[in-house]
Amino acid sequence: MSAQLHVRVQLPRTDFSLDVDVHLPAQGITAVYGVSGSGKTSLLRAVAGLEPQARGRVDLAGQVWQDDAQGICWPTHQRPLGYVFQEASLFEHLDVQGNLSFGLRRSAGQQHTLDAAIELLGIGGLLKRRVQQLSGGERQRVAIARALSTQPALLLLDEPLSALDAARRQDILPWLEKLRDELQLPMLYVTHAMDEVARLADTLLLMHQGRVQAVGPVSEVLSGRDASLMLGDDVGALLDAQVQALDQAWHLAKVGFDGGAMWLRDTGLAVGQKVRLRVLARDVSINVQPATDTSIQNHVPGVVQSITPDLHPSQVLVRVACGPSVLLARVTARAVHGLGLRVGQAVWAQVKSVALVK
Amino acid sequence: MNFSPDDYKAVWLTLQLATATTLLLLLLATPLAWWLARSRSVWRTPVSAVVALPLVLPPTVLGFYLLVALGPNGPVGQFTQWAGWGSLAFSFTGLLLGSVIYSLPFAVQPLQHAFEAMGTRPMEVAATLRASPWDAFFSVALPLARPGFVTAAILSFAHTVGEFGVVLMIGGNIPDTTRVVSTQIYGHVEAMQYDQAHSLAGLMLVFSFVVLMAVAWFNQRGSRVTP
Repeated sequence: MSAQLHVRVQLPRTDFSLDVDVHLPAQGITAVYGVSGSGKTSLLRAVAGLEPQARGRVDLAGQVWQDDAQGICWPTHQRPLGYVFQEASLFEHLDVQGNLSFGLRRSAGQQHTLDAAIELLGIGGLLKRRVQQLSGGERQRVAIARALSTQPALLLLDEPLSALDAARRQDILPWLEKLRDELQLPMLYVTHAMDEVARLADTLLLMHQGRVQAVGPVSEVLSGRDASLMLGDDVGALLDAQVQALDQAWHLAKVGFDGGAMWLRDTGLAVGQKVRLRVLARDVSINVQPATDTSIQNHVPGVVQSITPDLHPSQVLVRVACGPSVLLARVTARAVHGLGLRVGQAVWAQVKSVALVK
Repeated sequence: MNFSPDDYKAVWLTLQLATATTLLLLLLATPLAWWLARSRSVWRTPVSAVVALPLVLPPTVLGFYLLVALGPNGPVGQFTQWAGWGSLAFSFTGLLLGSVIYSLPFAVQPLQHAFEAMGTRPMEVAATLRASPWDAFFSVALPLARPGFVTAAILSFAHTVGEFGVVLMIGGNIPDTTRVVSTQIYGHVEAMQYDQAHSLAGLMLVFSFVVLMAVAWFNQRGSRVTP
């Protein structure tokens, strides 16, 4: 079994109480998703030791940060973590360089790793600036580099993009992807934006009213039953795929996933490139015969795995297993009745649109 | 302007008293203001009220209690005599003690507001960057509260220069020891020396105006730097 982050925490609050006990992989990005007030931020703060009332156990790959049963509780400044707050929270009395070297001087962090973070985040030109002169996106990038300066064993990010407008978020997302791909650093990423989850997460932890609703590999959790009730219109499948062929004449790319393939717009893809696809349940319909006279290009054969109630009584969610992958279709209950759909039946999932999330 | 040698001595003594009071106050008020800004103890409200008392009490009342306490039969007086320091009443040390108490709210309140305005976030950020609480206090909280310190220092200094009632009660009016500018002016008026009273009073007026301008200017500049 690979290294794990074990978090067990109980924290009474006035409006809810946080009660979590999860084992997460100590690698890649774990997205912590939930509506506001579901306890995402409290969970992150408890891991960091910023909630004095929190009781439980925090164990990163065998290093016990907190275990109240044994009387162990490392103060925040002794936990090898980096924390990016929702607002950049840069030190206003220091310039960018001063903010970045604050943690470096107090930790085992090395100048060359900080230099690498500065390079990675593209903030080399800002070092002499006062923090008041930075834009929102720049501040958040400096905050991320600052959190990396101590060479943490775990990076905690609390909605790092929520204070930014859409354009700025698009600026920073690629930097976060680079961080994920280039650093061997596990991250806990709190967010309530599904596009960030789809793009960045390897593991997904769904929170609801202070409790864990579901946890696991992101594509499994997203196509699972707990997610469908929480996500509303955002319900859909997430598929890790690879570009297999390009159709130059029609500007299309064929991407294959475990259990099928689809054509989508060629946005400058290269054969062999790894991509991630998001197929929303509302964009998928079901055929019991292979359709021929249709403008829709993507038909994926599969087997009905389950038919479950949806948010509205008129609708149901049909899970279609295509090999090990699962596609979700949101259809009316009447259609299911009319077609006589049942679990185990061979069908074709007809996909009207598919988004490339990375 | 005509200043007598006694006037100069009074000015010099006033400056010494105000400087010593300000330095002592900043040392005492910093931890007190930090505690008031951060604590959730039930003692916070009563302590806060006690700190604010000199704002509303007549200086003569404060001075009276200090005189009783410092006198040979008062608790402080008995202690200082037992320790071999004699009585502090009518001495520079006694005056310093009175000034510190009298100007306490002028030092504590700006600092408390500065610490409260900062919130808990900077200290949390410092902790996630491996700074121990003491380290974070000195390297983050104090620099961020700098405008509060400047205001506290200027107000403490100016308020000490302007004190009269407390000085009269516990200091008497002893040249070179406890006779400050305000009591010197009082003496001049009592002796019908209006010219000399005018000079010193004018000096105080200009000084006070300049101090208030400095505070206003500093606060304005501070708010522009950190929006």
